[in-house]
Amino acid sequence: MPKVKVKRKSTALDMAPMCDMAFLLLTFFILTSNFIQKEVVQVSTPSSISEIKIPERDIMLILIDKSNHVFFGIDGQETRKEVLSEVGNAYGIEFSKKELEEFSVVNNFGLPISGMKKFLSLSAEQRDMAENAIGIPTDSIDNQLKQWVKAGRAVNPNARIAIKADQGCAYPIIKKVMNSLQDLQENRYNLITSLEENPEKINIK
Amino acid sequence: MAEINTEGKGSGKKGKPKKMSTRVDFTPMVDLGFLLITFFMLATSMIKPQTMELAMPSKDKPKAGEESVVKASRAVTIVLGKDNKVFYWEGKQEGDKKPTVVTSNFSSTGIRKYLIERNFEIMTKVRDLDKQRIPQHMPDSTYNRKKKDFLRLKSSPIVIIKVTDQATYKNLIDILDEMAICNIGSYAIVDITPDDLAMIKQ
Repeated sequence: MPKVKVKRKSTALDMAPMCDMAFLLLTFFILTSNFIQKEVVQVSTPSSISEIKIPERDIMLILIDKSNHVFFGIDGQETRKEVLSEVGNAYGIEFSKKELEEFSVVNNFGLPISGMKKFLSLSAEQRDMAENAIGIPTDSIDNQLKQWVKAGRAVNPNARIAIKADQGCAYPIIKKVMNSLQDLQENRYNLITSLEENPEKINIK
Repeated sequence: MAEINTEGKGSGKKGKPKKMSTRVDFTPMVDLGFLLITFFMLATSMIKPQTMELAMPSKDKPKAGEESVVKASRAVTIVLGKDNKVFYWEGKQEGDKKPTVVTSNFSSTGIRKYLIERNFEIMTKVRDLDKQRIPQHMPDSTYNRKKKDFLRLKSSPIVIIKVTDQATYKNLIDILDEMAICNIGSYAIVDITPDDLAMIKQ
């Protein structure tokens, strides 16, 4: 009787299908991705049942953190440059080309305009330090937030104003921001919240 | 199968050109693919943040005769106090006649229960509409229009929201949320007056 020959199988796999799949997924993620924008402060938004999505572009973001500091950000690199030079003009501060270039990569910031020159001369890591997060003045005597929003509106007329505030922040600061916006005739804006299920809708289901 | 030919060039056999396999080892490419996938997965935000749209009245003083007067019978005033407390009363304060102030909270048996009872007619209408609605037959635009018509009915209360300085932002969002949950069409955020503060002190 002849011996039954056990065929030796190679342990190497054909990786081609796996490679196909990996790149398919990769393509999907690249096409659908919009990158997380870095924010200077951590803000945990309150939840609401509202399901309206915020548009991706043309956003003027006003951030308010737990310790009631106000931050401002606008999207678009060219827009940012124009906004900075406009606000600089209003306060009599001239920004150099390099400074404008630096400013165009700043997502949001929270400091008075007087400290802006120093802020822009810092490296990206140093900018994140706590001492640079002191908030934009919103007092009635020196309301710089108003200037920023005004400049933002002038440069990008389509921009929407979004307020992203921490759930723990006190009402007076919100009132100040809202009053500043009202002074500028900006009566429609969005409040950014996270999602929560509508208790009414659950009952119906 | 998929291994790469690793023999060096001058490995002995002379003359005969070696037949190279056309198969390439894909493993490093797969590695790279997954590495990039991981990166994109971690660096993207799939969920867009939700927003609540808010329209505030403009600051211009309304012309004489154009001010909107809220009927006392429809008015409900809600005051947000500190420590997540909510105070509400119906009607207006006129002379000696003081409405009774009720202290409540943000739970489902608190302010929401009251608002749902107060707004019961419209709540049932909207609920019926939700029940009957078959999304395939009724597009969102029709649904929203119908809902809006309900919200305009005269039986709904007009809610005046006043926020004390001790309240937090979360309280404000919560109360705006309650307006949406209880289908209240007309509400406004109004500055608080010393009279209101005196009312809630009691």
